[in-house]
Amino acid sequence: MQREAAIREPLILGDKSYKDITDDVVGPIQGPAPIGWKIMITISSIIAVYGVGCILYLIGTGIGVWGLNKTVGWAWDITNFVWWVGIGHAGTLISAVLLLFRQKWRMAINRSAEAMTIFAVIMAAIFPGIHMGRIWVSYWVLPLPNQFGSLWVNFNSPLLWDVFAISTYFSVSLVFWYIGLIPDFATIRDRMTKPFAKKIYGLLSFGWSGRAKHWTRFEEVSLVLAGIATPLVFSVHSIVSMDFATSIVPGWHTTIFPPYFVSGAVFSGFAMVQTLLLVLRKGMKLESYIHVKHVEYMNIVIIVTGSIVGVAYLTELFISWYSGVEYESYAFINRFSGPYSWAYWIMMTCNVISPQLFWFKKIRRSLTATFALSIVVNIGMWFERYVIIVTSIHRDYDPSSWGEFYPTSIDIGVFVGTMGIFLTLFLGFARFFPVLALNELKTILKSSGENYKKIQDKH
Amino acid sequence: MNKVFHVMYDDDDTLKTAASQLVAKGIRVKEVFSPFPIHGIDPIIGVKRTRLGIVAFMFASTGTALALLGMWYFMISDWPMNIGGKPNFSLIENLPAFIPVTFEFSVLCGAHGMAITYLLRNGTLPGMPATNPDPRTTDNMFVMEITTEQNSLAAEALESAIKETQLFELSIKDYK
Repeated sequence: MQREAAIREPLILGDKSYKDITDDVVGPIQGPAPIGWKIMITISSIIAVYGVGCILYLIGTGIGVWGLNKTVGWAWDITNFVWWVGIGHAGTLISAVLLLFRQKWRMAINRSAEAMTIFAVIMAAIFPGIHMGRIWVSYWVLPLPNQFGSLWVNFNSPLLWDVFAISTYFSVSLVFWYIGLIPDFATIRDRMTKPFAKKIYGLLSFGWSGRAKHWTRFEEVSLVLAGIATPLVFSVHSIVSMDFATSIVPGWHTTIFPPYFVSGAVFSGFAMVQTLLLVLRKGMKLESYIHVKHVEYMNIVIIVTGSIVGVAYLTELFISWYSGVEYESYAFINRFSGPYSWAYWIMMTCNVISPQLFWFKKIRRSLTATFALSIVVNIGMWFERYVIIVTSIHRDYDPSSWGEFYPTSIDIGVFVGTMGIFLTLFLGFARFFPVLALNELKTILKSSGENYKKIQDKH
Repeated sequence: MNKVFHVMYDDDDTLKTAASQLVAKGIRVKEVFSPFPIHGIDPIIGVKRTRLGIVAFMFASTGTALALLGMWYFMISDWPMNIGGKPNFSLIENLPAFIPVTFEFSVLCGAHGMAITYLLRNGTLPGMPATNPDPRTTDNMFVMEITTEQNSLAAEALESAIKETQLFELSIKDYK
């Protein structure tokens, strides 16, 4: 049996047995839906329907309904795309990178963080899709034999790399998530009494029976998938950053972008995990499994990645001056003192100053402060993308074409709508899926459970 | 008539001790059903290391080769185009720009190839029936399956050896 130092805080609080873990996670699925859940899903589905309406109107009318103009050709759509992809990164970081580092605290949060990843990537994929204008020909991004002469897609373009990166990331995350879910679906299947529910979970569990050889394979597959998902997660956001970095637009054309975007992605992703999980643990009474220690660990990741992002902001500023390129210098002077300075300073406050508050142990371990700061970070990271995208292009090389971007109601409707769709999917997950990785949590009960640690201390 | 023993334990460590005791007596344990992976059970009951890692490597290598072959064909052989003056008249010249897609496609093939092989080898596919002997084995119980067919001992001798372990429940069934 694996042992853990007694001074480490237990990861599972209270006097829990294997059966209690099953009861705590499967119980809410068997019981009736709580009233709070019904209210939340009603609100989020109304917002989702409104968002779908805006998207359909956009597709029917054309992207002229957005506030884009000749100078600012990319704005909210790409901001939202990068924001959502970034949020997705925390799920893979928790499930893959922390698995490789043998961080056991990930087991309480990985399932819901991965669900968040998948839903966030779906939301992200909407934006480049609808930005094409003619979404019905979106298959043109694939290298298919075609009737237009031998015209192939351009493999030298980061926009095409992005197609491969996002689709690989989505499908690999989905497989990783589902392979982990299979044994837990089997647990639900064997506990369900209603024949219809039993049948559905039976189908979802693929006939999993928990044989020794299957478990060996399960662990191998999890490890190898984690091993290849780790470079994948870094590559995806690096490629997203190259959409900008390989262009010759001042403010975008910087080699710092890949690491800066990746740490920003993890930073915003962890903030979103905090926002969602702090509500989830309360609503589903999972306080024994996701507690202050987990929140503290995540806040430490937020300090680290937030500080990397802060350093990157300052490096960008310094290099724009040090490079001696006047266009580059102007792009940054315009960022912090031009018409979008308000957005720049929101970004600086939310992303550079606010995470530093987590150096104080009191704040780091306070759930209320964490919840508030996680929302601040989410807002800050949205503005980061907005600042990078809009302020860099709204004043181009030709002053007569300088302009500003004003979002229309459709811009706002589509963005708010994706939040509604995302929340609807996440609430559906919370109601019908095992929100904690049951089988993994059971493996750490004896080494990190509070009751077992007490017994261990006596000996 | 052959007999199958399903010996249930309420703890993973108890099962592991019991399995060691039985194996020491020359009894072959056919299968273990558990709600989570019991670390260290494999060498006791003779489960070999899985080769899925090798499978993943083979699929990923195939992906690498396919991606490079595809991009060579599309961008260099079939229709070379001058895109912003970027070199695209030989694979080696154009290779740096091909690395991202090569990597992504290798990961795609490796991950999906391994996942599909895993499901096929396990026989866990949509619509397959569950085969665990007791529904509690996905919750908090651990079951060891021992058959008379795989053991030279008589059913009675097996039963008495099994009863010496700290078992929770025992069920004996006949099968042909």
